[in-house]
Formats: sequence, structure tokens, C-alpha cells
Amino acid sequence: MANEVVDKSKRQFLTTALTAVGAVGTGYLAVPFISQMQPSARAMAAGAPIEIDISRIEPGQLIRVAWRGKPVWVLSRTPEVLEILEKDTVKLADPNSANSEQPENSSNGYRSIRPEIFIAVGLCTHLGCSPTFRPETAPNDLGDDWKGGFFCPCHGSGFDLAGRVFKSVPAPTNLVIPPYRYITDTQIIIGEESNKETTA
Amino acid sequence: MKNKISACTDSLKNGMNVSTEWVLKRFPMSKMWNDHMAQYYAPKNFNFWYFFGSLALLILVNQIITGILLTMNYKPDSALAFDSVEYIMRDVNWGWLVRYMHSTGASAFFIVIYLHMFRGMIYGSYKKPRELVWIFGMLLFLCLMAEAFMGYLLPWGQMSYWGAQVIISLFSAIPVIGEDLSLWIRGDYVISDATLNRFFAFHVIAVPLALLILVVLHIIALHEVGSNNPDGVEIKESKDPWGHPVDGIPFHPYYSVKDLVGVGVFLFFFATIIFYMPEMGGYFLEHANFIPADPLKTPEHIAPLWYFTPFYAILRAIPDKFLGVIAMGGAIVVLFLLPWLDRCKVKSIRYRGGIFKKAFVLFIISFIILGYLGTQPATPGYTMLARVFTAIYFGFFLLLPIYTPFEKTKPVPKRVTHENSAEEGYSALVEAFDKMTIKQEPVKTSWGGTITPIKANPAGIKKVLIQLAKKLKESLD
Repeated sequence: MANEVVDKSKRQFLTTALTAVGAVGTGYLAVPFISQMQPSARAMAAGAPIEIDISRIEPGQLIRVAWRGKPVWVLSRTPEVLEILEKDTVKLADPNSANSEQPENSSNGYRSIRPEIFIAVGLCTHLGCSPTFRPETAPNDLGDDWKGGFFCPCHGSGFDLAGRVFKSVPAPTNLVIPPYRYITDTQIIIGEESNKETTA
Repeated sequence: MKNKISACTDSLKNGMNVSTEWVLKRFPMSKMWNDHMAQYYAPKNFNFWYFFGSLALLILVNQIITGILLTMNYKPDSALAFDSVEYIMRDVNWGWLVRYMHSTGASAFFIVIYLHMFRGMIYGSYKKPRELVWIFGMLLFLCLMAEAFMGYLLPWGQMSYWGAQVIISLFSAIPVIGEDLSLWIRGDYVISDATLNRFFAFHVIAVPLALLILVVLHIIALHEVGSNNPDGVEIKESKDPWGHPVDGIPFHPYYSVKDLVGVGVFLFFFATIIFYMPEMGGYFLEHANFIPADPLKTPEHIAPLWYFTPFYAILRAIPDKFLGVIAMGGAIVVLFLLPWLDRCKVKSIRYRGGIFKKAFVLFIISFIILGYLGTQPATPGYTMLARVFTAIYFGFFLLLPIYTPFEKTKPVPKRVTHENSAEEGYSALVEAFDKMTIKQEPVKTSWGGTITPIKANPAGIKKVLIQLAKKLKESLD
């Protein structure tokens, strides 16, 4: 027995095989461990659509509602604002929203189904702060060029009243427009999208 | 009677000896004590800067003990968390003290760690053969930042919420995997109960475990290669006939006692903050965090706690989302690489060339100014300043490999030099004070004593200031 020659290649094979099997086993175990930190079934189900009544929003007023835990803005825009949005596109980074996120029915200049009612997710596309609503023209802190919009206090990104991002600010894209549709003239459902561009 | 007592103590002593021996035969207790305390030889010329390692350990213990007490009343639930913190503050016996010890301890931890890192940088303690000590230390710093960040979400105030929102969004800037990664970290589409719950788990068990393991690795690595010192001389190179370094003294009792004095002084400051200014004017506990988290509204001005502001200022300085994140991460990565970026063989700043000294002063200034800018709103002027100092910050690290190989260094002594004691410093201070003042005629006072009034001496003050400026300039050459 003592003189028996050690078969090194056999040992090497067994070591390698055991390591490989162990690694595969660890890999399999990692799947449930990592996956359990993903959003749970309850968190995924919580994204139900919400209904809002827009009949009592005054022109120029902004209301905030919560959808999937995020702030959603509903802004009633005046004709003057719409005019500015149409003309004042020089300092915008993405005026046609080519690289931004919005549903099909809001892929237009106003980024909304109806021009006067603007709906957006109120989170900056930079690092997710909620920008402040600054509808006034040329306020002291934002300079003479400011014609009304949203300003993020965290890192200084600015957006116009269609949620379009200005040039050379940290935010890369325009504000996200959530999927939504009109149920009636004054009822909007956020979180559901209709494919055709309805106006009634 | 007397005999009985002595017989009793004798048998007790005997029993103690037997049980000590029993343990020592099974566990290397005395070997560990000797290796790391009683026979660990540390350089005899440690100065003020060498207090902060042991102080960091003290704060770690403080954080663990107060943290355990806090978990007994805290509720990691988005509906209950804010109120449970207020409950601890108002209704739990001494809850306010424990909570303030924990929150002040967090800031104190960073103060001490930044000073500890500063010490490592000025005396070249990151250089061969101590690279791993530095790497373990940097990993500790990284864990500490994660620990502080996750702990700050737990009170569930406005700053907790929006601070976490911004930092987790940083991960979404990574191309391709970013969005999924930040979703995985949050466990939800927004910061929510799921996020709070998991941050609690990380904050109270996962990261503290990693911290403790890294502390052990940091100390074992240090004790393997031996401590550096203000002269950057390897004390192991000159040994006495018994094999001990001639410039070394056993850590215990010499430095354990010295560190005890440091602990006393530290506790004086620590207690003052806890009892008189626990919020530190909004720097240790931010005002907006006394408002419960509101997912629909960001506070007017959000800023991270002071210890993250230098890195936050770097993030804001870059006008691109992904590059900003890269720069912020890079600011920490370059610190990891320091042992390899710095090619100069001389360790201590005392014997290094003027170019390094000046660059280092610039680096420290830019770090402090970036820290200030990070607390301020991002106005165009401040953003420009932040860009300049970000460039200096990175410039310091990235230029190191270019000039350090050719640095004009001063001759390094073979043995450690004399370290001025407090008394010696005091006599120089008295001398300078004498030069700056003129003694007047002694005056008899109404109660019968005499006092010697003094008058400021403008010429003397000028002389002392010029000398000081000259000394400062010389020390930078």
C-alpha cells in the first residue's frame, strides 16, 4: 500500500471536478438570493392606473397626484404659454422629443393629448428629484431668459412647460410623460394608454 | 482565622492558575496579546496624528452599542419609522442621548477617518510595504460611506428620502444595466417601504459585519509590516541585540496609555456636541429631515451630509449624467491607487520635494472647498468654481506618476528624529509672546499685589509674523 504510486492526474481531475460542481451549485443558489431583492409581486401589482378629475383645475394651475408612488403633475396651460412653447425652442436640447420617453399619443410639440392639459411624471431625468414649478417670467434667481418652466433645485436642471430639457444642464432627456387617456372630457386615467390620438 | 483566609486565597489563586493554564493550552490568548499589544513594537516618535486610528475604533464601538439600543425601539416601516424615531427622542428613557450619540458618532467617525487618512498621506503610510494596509483602509472608508448613507434613510425624513433617491439614481446612469440595477437596489419602482426595510438590514448587520472583518484585516496587515512614523523610517532596520527595533517601544503600555489621553480629549469634544449642539447647525442632522418623507415634493435645497459633500460637488460639476457619476466614483478610485501613483521612494513629507508639498497643500485646499461647495446650491458661479477645484483634485493624483520619480528629496535619517514635546512647544510660544509685547512699569493694585501690565509691540508682532511666514515658505521648499 505504502509504495503505491500517487496518481496525480486523477487527483487533479477530482479537485477540478469538485470545484466546478461547487461553483455551479453556488451559482444556482445565487439566483434566488439575488432575485429576492427584485420588486416583489405585491410591488409589481401596486402600479394600478388612477383616475383624476380635471374639471376644477384653473388655467395656469398645477396639481400633483401620486401614481406608482411617483409624483404626477397635471398642469393647465394658458394660450400664452402654448405660444411660447411653439416659438421658444432654441435653447432646448431635444425640442422634438426624439430621445425622450412619452407615449405615442403625446409625441407632438406640446407633449400632450390636448395642448392645454399637460401631464408628466414630476421627477427630474437626472437623479430623480422633483423639480419645482416656476411659471413666472424672468425671476431673480433664474435669469432674464426664463419664460416659465420647471427648475430642479438639486442639480440645476431646467425644463420648459412642456417638460422639455434645456441645453447644457445635467438632465439628459425631457421629463417622462406617463401613459394616459381621457375617459370623458374632464376625467383622465393615468397608467393606461389608448392607441389612437383621441381628443374627446 | 487568618490562616483560613490565606488558605482560601491560595486555593483561589491556584484555581485561577489552573484554569488560565487550561485555556492557554487550548487557545493562543497570550500569544495574541503579545503579538498585537505587549510585544508589538511601534515607533517611539508617534505624534498628534497617531491618535485617530484608536479613536476610530472607539467610535466604531460607540456606534455598535448605541445602534443595538436604537434597534430596540426603531421600526423599519415607512408608515412607522419617522414616528418611532420621535418616540425614541421623547418617550424612551435616555433615548435622546442614545440617538444623539449615534448621529454625532457618525459625523465624528468621518472627522476621525479623514484625519487618519490625512496622516497616512503626509507620512507616506500607503507606500511599500504598507499598500495593503492602505487598501483595507480604503475599503473600510467605502463601507463606512455605505453604512452612513443607508443609516441616513432610516429616520425617513425628507432628506433621508430625497438623498437616497438621488444616490440610488446614480446607479441608473450606468449604461445598459443601470436601470435594472437601481430597481434591484430599491426593490421597488420608487424609494418605498421595501427600500427602507432592506437598508435597515444592510445598516444593522451586513455592513457592520464587513466593517468588523475589515478592521481585523487592516490591523493584521499593519502589524505584519509594522507601523510607519512621522519620519517615514523603517524601525525594523535598526535592531538591538535582543532583536527589538531600537526606535520601537511596546504598544502596551506605552501607546495604550497615550491613546487613553486622546480618548479623554476626544470625549470632551464629543460630549460637548452631544449635549449642546447635536444638530451642529444643520450639518450633523439636517433641518429638512425633521419633516416626514414626502414622495411628491423635493425640499427646496437638498444637500448630502457634510462628509459626502466633496464628492457630491464633483458630481454636480460635470454637466453630463454618466460622466458625473464616473467622476464621483473616480475621485474615490484614485485614492485606492495612491500607492502606485506616487513613485517617490521617500515616505514622509518632511523629506519630500517642494513640488509634492505644494501640490498636496493645493489638494487639501481643493478638498475643503469642494466640501463647502457641496453644501451650497448649484449656482453657475459655484458650479464653475467646483469645476476648477475638481480639476485640481484629479490633477494632484494624475500628475503624481509624472513628477514623483524625479522629485528632489532631502536626505532621510537612518533613525527616527526627536519629536518635540508639548513643553518644548510651549516655551517657544512664550518666547514669541514676549517678543510681541512690551512690559510696562509694575503697578501696585488696590488689594496690595503688583501686576506688570503689558502692551502690544507692533514691531515685534511684525517680526514674529515675518519669521512665521519665512518658516512656512521654507517648510514648503
